[in-house]
Amino acid sequence: MKDLIKKLVEAFGPSGYEDQVRAIIQAEAAGKADEIRTDNLGNLIVLKKGSGGGERIMISAHMDEIGLMVSYIDKKGFARIGNIGGIALATLTGSRARFADGTIAVLYNEKDGWMGPGTLAECFIDTGATSPEDSPVKVGDVACIHRPFEELGGRLVSKAMDDRIGCAVALQALLDMAESPNDVYFVFSTQEEVGCRGAMVAAFGIEPEVAVAVDVTLTGDIPLAKPMSVELGKGPAVKVKDAGMLAHPGVKKWMVATAEKLALPYQLEVLTGGTTDAYTIQTSRDGIAAGCLSIPTRYVHSPSEMVDYNDVLNSVKLLVGMLSAPVSW
Amino acid sequence: MLLKELSEARGVSGNEAAVRELLLKAVENTIDKHCIDALGNLLCLKKARKPAANPAAPQKVLITAHMDEVGLIISGFNADGTLRYEKVGGIDNRMLLSKQVLVGEKAVPGVIGYRPIHLIGRSGIEKVADMSQTAIDIGASSRDAAAKLVQLGDYVTFRTSFEVLTEDGLRTAKGKALDDRVGCAELAEALEGEYAFDLYAAFTTQEEVGLRGARVAGYSINPDVAVALEGTVCDDLPKERDRDLSPVTELGKGPAISFRDGSVICDRRLVTLFSETAEQQGIPYQYKRGAVGGTDAGALHLVREGVPAAVLSVPCRYIHAPVSIVSLQDFDNAARLLKAALTKLEGGLEA
Repeated sequence: MKDLIKKLVEAFGPSGYEDQVRAIIQAEAAGKADEIRTDNLGNLIVLKKGSGGGERIMISAHMDEIGLMVSYIDKKGFARIGNIGGIALATLTGSRARFADGTIAVLYNEKDGWMGPGTLAECFIDTGATSPEDSPVKVGDVACIHRPFEELGGRLVSKAMDDRIGCAVALQALLDMAESPNDVYFVFSTQEEVGCRGAMVAAFGIEPEVAVAVDVTLTGDIPLAKPMSVELGKGPAVKVKDAGMLAHPGVKKWMVATAEKLALPYQLEVLTGGTTDAYTIQTSRDGIAAGCLSIPTRYVHSPSEMVDYNDVLNSVKLLVGMLSAPVSW
Repeated sequence: MLLKELSEARGVSGNEAAVRELLLKAVENTIDKHCIDALGNLLCLKKARKPAANPAAPQKVLITAHMDEVGLIISGFNADGTLRYEKVGGIDNRMLLSKQVLVGEKAVPGVIGYRPIHLIGRSGIEKVADMSQTAIDIGASSRDAAAKLVQLGDYVTFRTSFEVLTEDGLRTAKGKALDDRVGCAELAEALEGEYAFDLYAAFTTQEEVGLRGARVAGYSINPDVAVALEGTVCDDLPKERDRDLSPVTELGKGPAISFRDGSVICDRRLVTLFSETAEQQGIPYQYKRGAVGGTDAGALHLVREGVPAAVLSVPCRYIHAPVSIVSLQDFDNAARLLKAALTKLEGGLEA
């Protein structure tokens, strides 16, 4: 599964510009899908039909990552940028950006690095250009953070683990699933980082009975971390609540019961900031029972997001277990 | 001039009737059908006037412009006859001091008064005024006298006349509510055209308080493509010295095409449609740089199963203030670009 993860996390795909990620997932999913389509907002919707008598389930993992958009090329060829999604500013100085066509740029700031920028307005990128005329990028061009996939012992680290690791888990679950009574719609959604927009319209179209987002969550296991009882390596996290959503108690029970039945480690998650696709799915149409399977992740929204590989494998097993049996709570 | 009438009409969010009446009068002879929905949106349909050249091209195109403007609402009476107020929509407090306003259906004139410089002192001048110490003064001498002229919940608009400032060059004009009466006027003009698709025009309500009208208009019309016409931020006045920065838009450089704003990432096919049309027709245009603000497109693209959406704007200096300035040249070019892009859209959206 590491090859799949590497391919997904290194792909280019800020919110609204997920095409390259979609192409990778579409190619991997094609052999296992009964139907596959892309909707108006770019969501990739993959249906795996059930044997009948089950529920219509929506799984949502977002393809988009945080990124940058060029707003101005100055007289010396430096480009000014705006954020796409919540960029951790302190992590920008000295890192690199990559554009859709592979163009690389250095991120820096007016304060000369040492103190870090106060605002994104003080940041710029250097593409090696010396004027607007020889700039390889133009206003409106979009960049992701450039950082390769690495294995550090049992941990995996890269940019865009949020939420390509969720895409990898959902995709692997599709590939691993055998018989199921349920019609499962795997949605690889767009624009989560700017307000869970893709999942909102996908849920309207699919009209599922149950929905589960697969996304990263924060942890409380680094030095002087804000107290939170989720740790790397302690298993997939079953979301109870976050800043945007209270998980449906039934969905939570279903997830916990499946983990216990399969003897998989799991942790309950209460997240005080941030939310997932389940937030906009839950209030679609006349309301949908929604929850979230979270993969514990350190350093979220930095260029080096870290997960535990066993947590990833256990997340796939949990998801396959949930989807393969009749839904009950 | 329709834009002058629209600018001077009074229509704070939730109270757009006067603007709606003007617009209905302006468009009723060019459209096939209209209705006013529960949120006050004026929804117009102009049916296709020619057969579709491309069966895959959009058949229902929705263009919106919002009728509402930012303003104030009366929230209480002081014993001395002055009026307490709250803001409706985003207004910088500093813009309010000493402005002339009109209150309620009877358009009672008033002033947002503040202590004179003599009583503020050197240090006070450096500070932002405490808005709780301001009030709308309509000249009434007691609570009872004020209550005879004004009711709780009355809407308040700025008292600003529309005027063309220069007849040549950029052809600048000043007025209130140019965000988004410029869009309303462009849309009325676009309805004169004849297209190969059903053109729905929604003159929307309550944009300034959260894109509320557009959300339900989009739901009921359920279009294949949506475009929001806007007035947008124009900050082309002198910036900090030594910093080579860009304004969001510039006056006179043509209509602004958005890649995105705070509420939407625009459909790239539509962004290209507008920029290519402008290039082909020789219409000046600029991109909106920066993602400030939200627009009706933010609500429209999330309707039902999702709608490809974009934004076309006229740069407005001093937007959300009691008076703004636009270039009528930008305004005319926006209307031209819209019409030409709609004609090009008959051929379909290219991937």
